[in-house]
Amino acid sequence: MSATRTAPRRGSDRGPGTGAVTGRPPWVLLAPALLGLAFLVLPLAGLLIRAPWATLPQRLTEPHVLQALRLSLVTATLATATCLLLGVPLAWLLARVSFPGRRLVRALVTVPLVLPPVVGGVALLLVLGRRGLAGRWLEESFGVTLPFTTAGVVIAEAFVAMPFLVISVEGALRAADQRFEEAAATLGASRWTVFRRVTLPLVSPGVVAGAVLCWARALGEFGATITFAGNFPGTTQTMPLAVYLALETEPEAAIVLSLVLLAVSVLVLAGLRDRWVTGP
Amino acid sequence: MSRWAVALPVALALAALTGCGSGTPASTSAASSGGGAAKTLTVFAAASLTGTFTELGTAFEAAHPGTSVKFNFGSSATLAQQITQGAPADVFAAASPATMKTVTDASLAGAPATFARNELEIAVPAGNPAKVDELKDLSDPKVKVALCAPQVPCGAAALKALGAAGLKVTPVTLEQDVKATLTKVELGEVDAALVYRTDVLAAGGEVKGIGFPEAGQAINDYPIAALFNAPAPDMAGRFVDLVLSSRGKDVLAKAGFETP
Repeated sequence: MSATRTAPRRGSDRGPGTGAVTGRPPWVLLAPALLGLAFLVLPLAGLLIRAPWATLPQRLTEPHVLQALRLSLVTATLATATCLLLGVPLAWLLARVSFPGRRLVRALVTVPLVLPPVVGGVALLLVLGRRGLAGRWLEESFGVTLPFTTAGVVIAEAFVAMPFLVISVEGALRAADQRFEEAAATLGASRWTVFRRVTLPLVSPGVVAGAVLCWARALGEFGATITFAGNFPGTTQTMPLAVYLALETEPEAAIVLSLVLLAVSVLVLAGLRDRWVTGP
Repeated sequence: MSRWAVALPVALALAALTGCGSGTPASTSAASSGGGAAKTLTVFAAASLTGTFTELGTAFEAAHPGTSVKFNFGSSATLAQQITQGAPADVFAAASPATMKTVTDASLAGAPATFARNELEIAVPAGNPAKVDELKDLSDPKVKVALCAPQVPCGAAALKALGAAGLKVTPVTLEQDVKATLTKVELGEVDAALVYRTDVLAAGGEVKGIGFPEAGQAINDYPIAALFNAPAPDMAGRFVDLVLSSRGKDVLAKAGFETP
């Protein structure tokens, strides 16, 4: 990735001839590129243009909006914590331990990235639902049911968001210089100490980037949440669910809620800057 | 490998473009084909009409060779929004007068005709684990109940029925449409739900329906109207006629609807 960043500089060093080629891109590329940009940006602009700015503050402070926003922030944060707890070790396993079927495991880990979230929700129901494989046991043994609870929302969000963290951390681990870990080991540090004191600090930028992406994805989660956790204000109704239902009766309210989610997403991605794109 | 690197984005772009084709650009093709040989009739209908209208659409195509009926099934409120935003529809069949009113208020259709009525039933999973017999049982806090969200017609009807019975029910979830509510029953995740009788019938043996007297006070009318800006206006009128005909009534009654 760093090669692409230095490419223009190298181009201009090569003299006026090649510099002209890099300076003026061919229309064949420029036209679709600009069209692509417009395609991605215009819908967001539409949201801003159609927003009922005059009533915005009043709509944003409505109790049910604040309730959904609070629930969204809490569940996305808890989901990210869950992903950190489980995803960092998983990424470490994928990056540092060689075992048969590792490529298959890596592919499986990223499945939720491309799986339609509704399918994820159905899968979660079949396993953790009241009649699910594990869910039945949970209810019979502990009286715990996960669907329709805030914990269910966290599980749905974590399921969908974890791959972002694992991919980011695994990439960071692969790029990190293993000689530091080896040096620590030869100095007598245990494997756990090496992981905690050397590996983790080395890859912390990757972990942070992954966690932020993971959080943003969890915040926007809709399909798996509404399928697995249902929709009840205060317990399971997160912002995206509130947007969807507001669209049924109050399109303006839906626009306002969408704006909040858009603002949060943009802030998060702007905060990450090129860390995610350039990567380790 | 490098050939793939080029081919993949191109394929994706093509897929995106053709995907867009089913959206807005379709309006022009549907409109222009209205006078041509191959005619397309576009019907926007409530999700609860999926089975019956598909059957009626096939009958319509058989009666009018060379025509094809295209359906957009979804939540009535969503469909009404799409129509007021300019979606190219010929006919709108809604699950509630309120959603139809969105369209008539925007002067996009004349007076609608009521073609069907739907009544609520209590749906319980096969085996009825919570032993639900009547509406009163839903207010038991030990019974997990799913209702439609009050924003959608089946939710509004459920509120009305519960209000008529003087019952307070705390559901575990307010689902976005009647099918999603029923799914929670089918999967056994809830002990009971209030859904339309037609949906219980369509679900087959997985779900048992229990009627209750208060349902009579929350009957849902289904209005249908041909739209003023219909790309195929003559066909739109004929489709509405078919739905209101005795043939249409037969199909609807078989699915559990009452017909006026």
